[in-house]
Amino acid sequence: MAIKNYEDLEAMHLDVLKEIGNIGSGNATTALSQMLNTMVDIEVPVVEILDFQQAIDAAGGPEKIVAGILVGIKGDIDGMIMFLFEKELVSVITETFFGHQTENLVAIDEGEKSALHEIGNIMAGSYVNAISQLADMFIDVDVPKMAVDMLGAIMSAPAAQMGQMGDKLLYIDNNIVLGNVNVRSKMLLLPTIDSLGNLLGKLGVL
Amino acid sequence: MAEKIVVGISDWKICKAPDMLITYALGSCIGTCIYDKNTGISGLSHIMLPDSKAITDGHSTRMKFADTAIPDMVQEMKRRGASSGGLVAKIAGGAVMFQTTSGTFNIGERNIAAVKAVLSSLGIPIVAQDTGLNYGRTVTFIAENGSVEVSSAIKGKVYI
Repeated sequence: MAIKNYEDLEAMHLDVLKEIGNIGSGNATTALSQMLNTMVDIEVPVVEILDFQQAIDAAGGPEKIVAGILVGIKGDIDGMIMFLFEKELVSVITETFFGHQTENLVAIDEGEKSALHEIGNIMAGSYVNAISQLADMFIDVDVPKMAVDMLGAIMSAPAAQMGQMGDKLLYIDNNIVLGNVNVRSKMLLLPTIDSLGNLLGKLGVL
Repeated sequence: MAEKIVVGISDWKICKAPDMLITYALGSCIGTCIYDKNTGISGLSHIMLPDSKAITDGHSTRMKFADTAIPDMVQEMKRRGASSGGLVAKIAGGAVMFQTTSGTFNIGERNIAAVKAVLSSLGIPIVAQDTGLNYGRTVTFIAENGSVEVSSAIKGKVYI
């Protein structure tokens, strides 16, 4: 059976996707904690299939200011990964690398942006490595792109690009404790519908 | 009591004074405010993509695309009594949120061009716009006087 849109997915497929999200995001978060050289405590993430509007609401509403790091993926899986970092997490990162906290997310400078780029790059690499090992697939990541702005505006980029095919995404909400700071990071996995079919096929559930 | 009516992504709504229409955080999407100077009937559409002919999933709503959403909204405004001669438009959004080095995927610019073409084909003049660049915008359309507040995290509030 071919998957033509997200409505075709059955409960078993969703469970497998959630597990993929769980493993990928766990790997990515571990990579983050290594870069920050700090103890990390990762709670079991909330993984859901949502449409864009629901994802925006779940991640804090359209006007919440976040740093969005968008990474294109290609190879056996085409699509995108988006990381959404809230101010508290960016603050831990700037504290680690630059010795000061982030007061105003919109005002972060080029050096700080470049650090976030690099972190996005490494997290995306860890994420897809986990998937590619699990599914025995080749997945390559593009150079990440970053923007700090209202969440709704940030999400319009993948929504427009993926929206030609569908409106759903795999939403992963991680509650992580870095050192003694409790931060949230959201990861969105947006495979094309064909890639989703390939992935489920490789994992033997399609 | 004036009500603020929220227009979602791929959505449009119509109101009259004293109510207001608001759509949050437009990135590459476009908010098109159409105002009838004669009756005050006002419509706000939030489109995500330029062209419905590119749909492949078979589940899409007409409200998502410039070429279907705007004509549908104008038709409904007229059905509710808006005059053909009094319609004017203000548009906002169409930003490039993530700069690409290749530049092959500038959906914001394509959206701006599509909205302009649709409005032109409907004979509705654009009297003001705040489009392009690289930041998100929240649009509030005040049906009382046809004024549009555009607010952003970067530039604060402007009225167009």
